Amino acid sequence: MGGIESFLGMGGYAAFVWPAYLLAAAVMGGFWAVSRAELKRRERQLQELEQRGGGRRRRRAEGPGGQVPR
Amino acid sequence: MSDLARPPAGSALHRFASPARFLRLAGSLQPWLAGGTLLCLGVGLYLALFGSPADYQQGETVRIMYVHVPAAWMALFVYLCIALASASLLVWRHPLAGLVAKASAPLGAAFTFLALATGSLWGKPMWGTWWEWDGRMTSVLILFFLYLGLIALTNAFESPERGQRASAVLALVGVVNLPIIKFSVDWWNTLHQPASVMRLDGPTIDPSMLWPLLIMAAGFTFYYLWVMLLRVRGELVEARLRALQRLETEGR
Amino acid sequence: MVSRAREQGPPQAGPSVTTALSALVRRDLRLALRQRGDLLTAVLFFLLTAALFPFGIGPEPNLLLRIAPGILWVTALLAVLLSLERLFLADGEDGSLDLLLVSPLPLELAVLGKVLVHWLSSGLPILLSTPLAALLYGLPAEALPVLLLALALGTPTLSLLGATAAALTLGARRGGVLLPLLTMPLYVPVVIFGVAAVDASLAGLSARPHLLLLAALLAAALPVAALAGAAALRQAAE
Repeated sequence: MGGIESFLGMGGYAAFVWPAYLLAAAVMGGFWAVSRAELKRRERQLQELEQRGGGRRRRRAEGPGGQVPR
Repeated sequence: MSDLARPPAGSALHRFASPARFLRLAGSLQPWLAGGTLLCLGVGLYLALFGSPADYQQGETVRIMYVHVPAAWMALFVYLCIALASASLLVWRHPLAGLVAKASAPLGAAFTFLALATGSLWGKPMWGTWWEWDGRMTSVLILFFLYLGLIALTNAFESPERGQRASAVLALVGVVNLPIIKFSVDWWNTLHQPASVMRLDGPTIDPSMLWPLLIMAAGFTFYYLWVMLLRVRGELVEARLRALQRLETEGR
Repeated sequence: MVSRAREQGPPQAGPSVTTALSALVRRDLRLALRQRGDLLTAVLFFLLTAALFPFGIGPEPNLLLRIAPGILWVTALLAVLLSLERLFLADGEDGSLDLLLVSPLPLELAVLGKVLVHWLSSGLPILLSTPLAALLYGLPAEALPVLLLALALGTPTLSLLGATAAALTLGARRGGVLLPLLTMPLYVPVVIFGVAAVDASLAGLSARPHLLLLAALLAAALPVAALAGAAALRQAAE
């Protein structure tokens, strides 16, 4: 392998090798970014709500943890 | 299935203690998983792109393997994780298990999509077509539909719990069916066309290719655990949000 | 499992379970027969779609014969799918489902009873109208019994797996779109072996292994559908 050009050329298969890597990077990176953004947004919402709601409500709401009371 | 048979004390323990403990554990695991992901993918990518030789038959296209094969492995591995989580949701009613399954399904679908897309990109130069009704690709396509079904079913109900439990049953039915589907598709494939042009796997893979492959696979696994925990945390926060909003509307 | 035993109480079992099951089957059959329109829907859909394909493909006999097994199987599958949504819907709406849950009849058996009625009202009519559809495609007389046998073994499997999906989507927001999505991956093996059986007999080979595989699929689908369907119905009633 000599030089950046032949590396990028991928022996004539650049049109297949690089899209595969880029697609993987886009899907995995995008998925991570979306998941993280969603977590942050919800955490912000929760914080706002807790500040408005006051202590008593927060304690009660924290009780059930992951479970929505039916 | 054992709706009435669960001890109330146990379920209370699960419901109250577990999510909080889980949040602490997830928080402390997160940096390690993120570091593992970045390290493995960094080393793996270097080896895959620079450190490994081109294949004597397939030339440089063989480098697609280092994303394609780990993605395909993850497609199956994530389904296995969903099935285990589903079983523990149905048997022990562990609420976290439902969230793990719910958080994993879109990730599994993403890996399955990646396996299909990179397989297609590999197939075009090797087989001459974007899509081949090859036994393996066909079963992965069906797995993709199964994932889509799981995601759709999870989100199809007003109550998130019902959606999780329904898709848990579907995941278990799918686990019974996956080997049957695999068998039938392979068999259908050999009936309808001569054996595949490309036999990629087998124990004869050279260590200079095996190592990057394994390191990439480890990176994908770390990535899955990392993002899955991130999403479970998101679900937990969401559940608490909903509970708080209910209290607000009811309390006033 | 444990809950099952508890609900049933003492092992009074035997006759009361069978009478309850036959009462359920008879009631559902009466309901199905009363709505003759529904009964006709599956058959009409099957025949109309099968008759439509030659218009899209052309009237060349060899080509039609070549694709006949696949077309007939896929149209039969779609016709079964068409009637699946209603399988538990009425019971869920009018409260019969809650009665089923508390009845002495194990829910797993009740699910199988429901599936039986569904097959009698969709699979069986399709089976009976298959000779007509086979005629349209010029299927030779030797292959017809194999097609009928394959459908007789395969359509119950379609009903069983479909019933699981129908029970799971009970009360879902987009039930109609969900059903094909959930059932399609599960239906693939049935279609593969069902078509292969007919193809084999058309090629002069023995259809026996394919028919045996279809029978095996049916045998495997029975317990899976009973357990998963019952679990899904309990969830729906919660």
